[in-house]
Amino acid sequence: MSMTLVQVVIGGLLLGAVYALFSSGLTLIWGMMNVVNFAHGDFVMLGMYTAVVIWTSLGGGPWASVPAAAIVIATLGVISYFFLVRHIMKGPMLAQILGTFGLALFLRYGALWAFGANFKSLPDNLVGHSFVLGGIRFEGSRVLAAVVGLGVTFALHLILTRTQIGSRMLAVSENATAAQLMGIRPQRMQALAWAMAGAATGIAGALIALFLPISPTAGETLAIVAFVTVSLGGFGSVTGALVAGLLIGVVESLTAYLVGPIYKEVIVYTLFVLVLWFRPQGLMGKA
Amino acid sequence: MSEPLLKIEHLEVKYGDLIGVADVSLEVPKGSVVALLGSNGAGKTTTLNAIAGIARVSAGKVTFAGENLAGQPAYAIVRKGIALSPEGWRLFAQQSVESNLMLGATPLADRKQIPRLIDHVYTVFPRLAERRAQRAGTMSGGERQMLAVGRALMSAPQLLLLDEPSLGLAPAIVDTMYDCFAALHKEGQTILLAEQSVDLALEAADHAYVLQVGRTVLEGPAKTMAGNSDVQRIYLGVE
Repeated sequence: MSMTLVQVVIGGLLLGAVYALFSSGLTLIWGMMNVVNFAHGDFVMLGMYTAVVIWTSLGGGPWASVPAAAIVIATLGVISYFFLVRHIMKGPMLAQILGTFGLALFLRYGALWAFGANFKSLPDNLVGHSFVLGGIRFEGSRVLAAVVGLGVTFALHLILTRTQIGSRMLAVSENATAAQLMGIRPQRMQALAWAMAGAATGIAGALIALFLPISPTAGETLAIVAFVTVSLGGFGSVTGALVAGLLIGVVESLTAYLVGPIYKEVIVYTLFVLVLWFRPQGLMGKA
Repeated sequence: MSEPLLKIEHLEVKYGDLIGVADVSLEVPKGSVVALLGSNGAGKTTTLNAIAGIARVSAGKVTFAGENLAGQPAYAIVRKGIALSPEGWRLFAQQSVESNLMLGATPLADRKQIPRLIDHVYTVFPRLAERRAQRAGTMSGGERQMLAVGRALMSAPQLLLLDEPSLGLAPAIVDTMYDCFAALHKEGQTILLAEQSVDLALEAADHAYVLQVGRTVLEGPAKTMAGNSDVQRIYLGVE
């Protein structure tokens, strides 16, 4: 394999790790309460703006903006749960779709009003310059995003599968009535799921703000990536989101290099349709 | 006589326009095993679900240790000391046997009790100890029933509600289950047991109530109920 190809694959993995992170929030919400959050992309977008605000008003880099975005978007998640999602969950599926879609529009145009339509970007040397390791060139910001992305996705997975609180959350998602018989308050666990998903999404937003342009509509494209990642990996599966995120990242980079950048989305979506054709539940989803 | 641990007065439960339970009154003294008998649809499950808080009480009183529980949510009721092993078990099929037991211990304020309680459940049901890492959804009917009862015991309840613990199980497993209940009774555990099988229930219980279309129609000490021809008559639905 040529050095360039290795470079391309590594670039894809770095990008894929961030895809995995911001998709894991979406998959967690779906897995916990069968709600598809159409405002998910806009949660990422507000995570990006949190990083912008931290930089422009306080001069803080990712060490400040990542935790800040986690807190801000987790709070936004909890507020959305208590004031909107909790009520529309009892309604038909259409109410959920329109409800979270309405939230998406509210957040998007709120951002437009607050920050203006112009693209913003953070200085590229915020995480130090690129470096070369074993003949491969790495960009500091992308490496940081990938490492933190993988770490947070893995932490989410561990919380869900290895802790008492995770076990209680899964219990609520499997059978809320039975969970109540155990003394668990379903609404508390669901609010916690929105907080965790929000924190992961906010972190992802603050990280990609380091290398992607920031605008009020940035969430639209990111939401599509998240939906593709989640359905490819299997709705509700954090490990699925991780595998699918890495896969999409690598396929995108390889297509851009081997076929041409304008074809990368054609190939990714073709692959997506093919996988769902043969495995509608996604790669790691339960049938 | 001192107040019973649980006292139900004129309980009524409606599902929309349907009446699940019309008028049920019963008492469960501390340390006793009380059987709730009746054919399918008599209202046994609804009565237990109403006590546990997963069916809404529309009229009547459910007094437990001096406090009216009617209208309180299920998660609050289990914290007061009532645990239900529900109809259909309602296990967390995706999680392991041990995780299910640990979830049963959620209401415990004193977490230090957990190792002792889990040992106790494994002593009562050694089969669960062998399967502790297995997913609950992959177990046999008998094992699931044991897990449902074990999970209810993990909150160290003052009152244990058992909904048809013999339903659909092989006779040998039913005997094991009832031996366990006898052992729990001896330890002083208070139990309210809904059961379709009259002979089994009357052998295990001190006192029994018979339900018919949502009403308590007969009651008496288990010993005298066993010879009561009315019990058989109500069961068979012959007038």
